[in-house]
Amino acid sequence: MTALSAPRGLSGQQKKKAKDIFSSPVASAIAIVIAVLWTIPTFGLLVSSIRPEQAINNSGWWTFFTNPEISFENYQRVLLEGTAVQPPMFMFFFNSLAVTIPAVIFPITLAVFAAYALAWFEFKGRDFLFFTIFALQVIPLQLTLVPLLQLFSRGLVIGGVTLIPDLGITGTYIPIWIAHTIFGLPLAIFLLHNFLRQIPRELIEAGRVDGAHWFTLFTKIVLPLSVPAIASFLIFQFLWVWNDLLVGLTFGAGAKEVAPMTVRLAEMVGTRGSGWEVLTAGAFISIIVPLIVFFALQRYFVRGLLAGSVKG
Amino acid sequence: MNASVWEVIGPNFLLLLVSLIAFAAVVYAVFLLGARASLKAQEWMRYLVFLGPASLLLLIGLIYPAIRTIILSFMDKKSENFIGFDNYIWAFTLPEIQIVLRNTIVWVILVPVVSTVIGLAIAYMTDRMKRAAWVKSLIFMPMAISFVGASVIWGFMYSFEPNPKKPEIGLLSAIWRGLGLESRNWLLEPPLNTLLLIVVLVWIQTGFAMVILSAAMKNIPDEVVEAAMLDGASNWRRFLRVTLPMIRGTVVVVLTTITIGTLKVFDIVRTMTGGNFQTNVIANEMYSQSFRQLNYGQGSALAVILFVGVIPIIWYNLRQLRLERTER
Repeated sequence: MTALSAPRGLSGQQKKKAKDIFSSPVASAIAIVIAVLWTIPTFGLLVSSIRPEQAINNSGWWTFFTNPEISFENYQRVLLEGTAVQPPMFMFFFNSLAVTIPAVIFPITLAVFAAYALAWFEFKGRDFLFFTIFALQVIPLQLTLVPLLQLFSRGLVIGGVTLIPDLGITGTYIPIWIAHTIFGLPLAIFLLHNFLRQIPRELIEAGRVDGAHWFTLFTKIVLPLSVPAIASFLIFQFLWVWNDLLVGLTFGAGAKEVAPMTVRLAEMVGTRGSGWEVLTAGAFISIIVPLIVFFALQRYFVRGLLAGSVKG
Repeated sequence: MNASVWEVIGPNFLLLLVSLIAFAAVVYAVFLLGARASLKAQEWMRYLVFLGPASLLLLIGLIYPAIRTIILSFMDKKSENFIGFDNYIWAFTLPEIQIVLRNTIVWVILVPVVSTVIGLAIAYMTDRMKRAAWVKSLIFMPMAISFVGASVIWGFMYSFEPNPKKPEIGLLSAIWRGLGLESRNWLLEPPLNTLLLIVVLVWIQTGFAMVILSAAMKNIPDEVVEAAMLDGASNWRRFLRVTLPMIRGTVVVVLTTITIGTLKVFDIVRTMTGGNFQTNVIANEMYSQSFRQLNYGQGSALAVILFVGVIPIIWYNLRQLRLERTER
């Protein structure tokens, strides 16, 4: 293609002219205006959160620029003040971390295992299994909620035989971790499988000739090679879990001791007892971590999105 | 901070630590065992170790519950007796639930179309723009914000002050009053409130559409674009005749992906209006039926309706992908 198109391509000057038409100032201006419009709501929240309570509730946040008053008291109050009955945001921040870290590590580990097996073991029914896992992505969370919750609270008894006993883990992080792990698996296995498939066959076979067997092959060759794919999915799963409300709400069983920040924030909005000074600071605390991750690792995130955007 | 807070965090932190260490220890032990096992033993161990956990979790945690929910949808409130299609008849005949279904349809049409159109426009306008990266970053940013966080952000935008002597603190209300119009309590007025909630999801999804479509546009060979320009095609014509047809498949993927996400929207409605004032949608109603009314039959029926709504979209999506692969 390059050999053919080279003589027909444009000269440098023509290309420059072409670029000029492309970067039309009107189009650029519109794009910039949209970008500013898109940022205003978040910006307004940020500005409000650092204004004193009196100012937030009695004047628009835009008056900050003519009458700048800064106070971090909102943050101090929301984040730290409280008791075990009315817990401060700090506790929910911790819960978000405690929910997210295992809910990212567990599914990725299990998914790499399964993806490795599906990509490189040869066994009967492999394609069927892979297709089934791929198809599981279509199942919406909602379709599994009630029975899965009952599994955690009552165990599983079929025909009088106890297959899974009631483990007494309701109200701890464990159901939330397991639920997130299950819901994250299909997409993770699918993405990682596609990636692991691309490892050259010679590499795997050379490893086997050297006497490395399936376990050593995994740790010595497959795992190091799959780091970029794991990184992409990691960000994906992190944002998904950190921002989730439904799983935290249902599998947290209403226990505020384990509720993540999203659940607390939704509750604060609902009760209406909290004024904007509390809500704006609270909301900002909950969105700052994903925003940092997002801006720092945007490239990997985009890569993950491009690889598999069809999550059920 | 009050000492009692630490009494909650302490044991929780311990559980977190113990769980992580236990998980790592089990994985490590299994690998140690696996690597030392005889080659013959490894043959069966590898299936158990690599495929076992994920398959078991998916079977117990996804397949079994999904089937069970479908069964529950044909049973009564407490899942004791079979009642045939009563829950579905309820869903499709009760006026309240019809509003829910109608709203869901409005969401499912407006969010994907509006997000994709705006995303497409920005992707095209910034395609060859200098320093477009930060423009795109700003529009993409809401993707990182939780639906609950977005609801607070926009709840603040829509905030309303009933007392005309006090200044408005919500931007929308302030602009409205600045135009000399009478203040309105935005989120209480149907059908306007549903549209305002839809704006929130459009705000989030536009960045997604833009990023995916922008990547697709970058894949169009330069020669094609330049040839069109040398022919003197205007920007608009070039967009319609060259760009759009070449990324058609991606547009479909973006539309369908956003549609599926929209069908399941729950957080925004629940946080901003609680589903009141005729803003309810199917996923939120499913939650209230199952977890507030504890009516598992009706909740499950709504979940199944949601699932049935998702299937054709995904099927179409997969078919498009396959068509595109064969065309190439």
